[in-house]
Amino acid sequence: MEAGSFTATTSGGRSSLERSSRSRALDPLLRWVLTGLAALILLLIAFFFIRLFIEAKPAFDKFGYVGFVFDNNWDVSKEIFGAWPLVVGTLITSAIALVIGVPVAISTALYVSELCPMRVRQPLTVLIELLAAVPSVVYGLWGIFVLAPKLQPAEQWFSDRFSFLPLIGGPVSIPNCFIAGLIMAIMILPIVSSISREVMATVPAQDKEAALALGATRWEMIRMAVLPYSRAGISGAAMLGLGRAIGETIAVTIVIGNAPNVPQSIFSQGYTLAAVIANEFNEAASDPTHRAALIAAGLVLFVLTLLVNAIARYYVNRASRGKRTVPTGMAG
Amino acid sequence: MTTLAPVSARRRTVDRVSRGITLALTAVAVLPLAFILYYLIKEGIGAWSVDFFTTDPTGRFLGDPGGIKSAIIGTILMVALASAIAIPFGIGVALYLVEYGKGSRFANLVRYFVDVMTGVPSVVFGLFVYIVLVVTKIGGTFAGWKGSVALALLMLPVVTRTAEVVLNLVPDSLREAALALGAPRWRVVFRIVLPTALPGLVTGSLLAVARAAGETAPLLFTAAFVFGTQFDLSQRMNSLPLQIFNDVGQAQDRLVQRAWGAALTLVVLVLLLSLAARLVQRRSRLA
Amino acid sequence: MNPDDLTAAPTEPREMTEAGPTTQAGASSPAAHEPSPRAQGHAITLRKLSAFYGETHAVKEVNLDYAANRVTAMIGPSGCGKSTLVRCINRMHEEIPGARATGEVRLDDLDLYDDGVDVVSVRRAVGMVFQKPNPFPTMSIYDNVAAGLRLSGTRGDTRERVEQSLRGAGLWEEVKDRLNQPGIGLSGGQQQRLCIARTIAVEPEVILMDEPCSALDPIATLKIEELIHDLKQRYTIVIVTHNMQQAARVADTTAFMLAGEMIEHAATDKMFSTPDDSRTEEYVTGKFG
Repeated sequence: MEAGSFTATTSGGRSSLERSSRSRALDPLLRWVLTGLAALILLLIAFFFIRLFIEAKPAFDKFGYVGFVFDNNWDVSKEIFGAWPLVVGTLITSAIALVIGVPVAISTALYVSELCPMRVRQPLTVLIELLAAVPSVVYGLWGIFVLAPKLQPAEQWFSDRFSFLPLIGGPVSIPNCFIAGLIMAIMILPIVSSISREVMATVPAQDKEAALALGATRWEMIRMAVLPYSRAGISGAAMLGLGRAIGETIAVTIVIGNAPNVPQSIFSQGYTLAAVIANEFNEAASDPTHRAALIAAGLVLFVLTLLVNAIARYYVNRASRGKRTVPTGMAG
Repeated sequence: MTTLAPVSARRRTVDRVSRGITLALTAVAVLPLAFILYYLIKEGIGAWSVDFFTTDPTGRFLGDPGGIKSAIIGTILMVALASAIAIPFGIGVALYLVEYGKGSRFANLVRYFVDVMTGVPSVVFGLFVYIVLVVTKIGGTFAGWKGSVALALLMLPVVTRTAEVVLNLVPDSLREAALALGAPRWRVVFRIVLPTALPGLVTGSLLAVARAAGETAPLLFTAAFVFGTQFDLSQRMNSLPLQIFNDVGQAQDRLVQRAWGAALTLVVLVLLLSLAARLVQRRSRLA
Repeated sequence: MNPDDLTAAPTEPREMTEAGPTTQAGASSPAAHEPSPRAQGHAITLRKLSAFYGETHAVKEVNLDYAANRVTAMIGPSGCGKSTLVRCINRMHEEIPGARATGEVRLDDLDLYDDGVDVVSVRRAVGMVFQKPNPFPTMSIYDNVAAGLRLSGTRGDTRERVEQSLRGAGLWEEVKDRLNQPGIGLSGGQQQRLCIARTIAVEPEVILMDEPCSALDPIATLKIEELIHDLKQRYTIVIVTHNMQQAARVADTTAFMLAGEMIEHAATDKMFSTPDDSRTEEYVTGKFG
């Protein structure tokens, strides 16, 4: 409905909403400006990708695409940049974050949507969301000075006891991959929980009633009606959490030790794609190869998060059938 | 006497245990928050003093470390500039999507890419601005305004998505009523749609601001670091997250304590912003 | 008495007709877990039953008897409390936050609201079919019917019981070749019969039906009404309906409710020809509601 098609009749004074010939021109202007802004976003992303790639190219030229990602040798002094230790570190810490964080998040979502008393619901939700408001650097500060030292004895005990398991055993360093994964678990909790909660809220009451009317206990009802229905959405939520975890930089670089080796155990120091950028950036300012390598790491990170988020969005959309949800609170 | 088929003990146990575990894990989820707040207050409050907020960090390793004045000012300035860029831009894009773009392929593409942007790690935004603005030495090397650009990129998708949700909640009947009275579209947008959605837009913006205030990584490569207070956004600038990040890396007690004090300050700031966002949300007339 | 003890299998499932087994409590039927053999049937007695949604008094001190192995219809205008009352019988009403019920609901001589009674057991004994067919969307036809059985762990029997139940619901012939297809792939009427099969699989004493046909087309409705006629031989049935013709077709007795109160309960013929209460007469002749 374009304003140009109207012929408003006046009967005495003008209504404040009526058109004038001046305002007739403003409509297309508004439309153009807004469309331009929207188009700018697309251009920005494209530009992003291209510039990142161009700057990273020297590293890929020198080490090869496969070489850069899979060579196990990140040696700054010798200017050799194979990112495999970073990739492994990223994978290990993200896996720990998921293994710890997702079950807790799902439990929280379940508790809030199905089990807790009505009065507790809102305050509990707010508390979980508050976790997202804490900045990443504060998580790092708390992690390295409080959590890591306090957990070290327990980690050492665990490491000794279960040393027969892969990736466990050996000396426990205070900054290590496990602490990084644990902190990441805490950081992804709000987003996984809130999306899971929204998905569970869409379970039709009739499915739950059907289970209860058959003589199911509350937990059996959850198992029969709530969880199967929410499966896709919860998977999406977990993948979004994974995406967050992969990209987490500052908290990780503070607590992981920044050692460019493939970690022997989860309790040894490690390195991630994101942490290396933050950590080595200042040194790399004067060294073009180093700088290109860091940007290449950034590119790999970018591509990884794009992939994971695309998969996540696919699952979440399938679950909520086009309902747009806005995850709140994403500190980095 | 009629009796009902009893529920087996096994089922009862499974029910009770499962519910217990769920409750326990939920309690575990809330624990870190309590922990963090406790330590922040315990370690940070000791650092707070008038001097703390009114003197700059001295940059000295030994002796008086100074306060965090330049960090606070830097954060305020950079976040303000970032908001001035991101909020109008973000609301503009959301307006486009809601008012003109329903169902068009172009709009769907834009929406998809905004979603993509939410998943990009903040460090990548920093890298990008570094490549485009710092390396090319546009307006000097490191500068506060470049940090603002990186923060704005971060805020943009958050503002856009929350704004889009809120703008969609404005009933079409309101728009149609105004249009039927002969109002041009731009008037409908500025006089009817935006005012109605205002509380929601403010909430979304405040949340984006709270997020930007806490970000470190984008500033590392753009605004970089400096100790002294200065109001010139075209120069390097300090900021609270960077100040903390810097101090964390030093193995010196007084610096670490300053880090805790600064962290407490930052968290208070972010919590106040989030609280303000929530309060505004309660006053919204929409959903 | 433990349903897990169940080992007896029905002897000749194929001898059951569409009408379901007419032989009651024969030693071959899985009666080992039931204290009262089917032949006796089970009556429901309501005494001063009241139901509340918060402060709202939706059902007001209702006294009513549902005779064993009979179909009783509950009629009345929208909002009169008939659905609420029926949901009190299997204690589903209390699942709504802020809702509660007072009074007595007796299954034979057992008060279902007694302190020592487990609400989960109540729902096993009093089954419910809902207005909108609600098969579990993630389960196959077979799994839907077996869902209740699996809760209490009847193992070896399951296949037999599923087939029995599907026959009892008049659905076996239509689905026997596609038991592992999703339950929601069936037509509306078939879904509802699937829900009925699911309900009777756990062998309740009583079946409550809350407007079971209101979402179905006339042909499906007819099939379900025929089914009800067969089911009453084995179960006591309460059916809520807004359709008076339906009540006239299937119910032995009919109860009329108005604004939370039980106005009249009588044999269906009488209710629709010469009711005692004038309000009943106004309703059944269509003067309101």
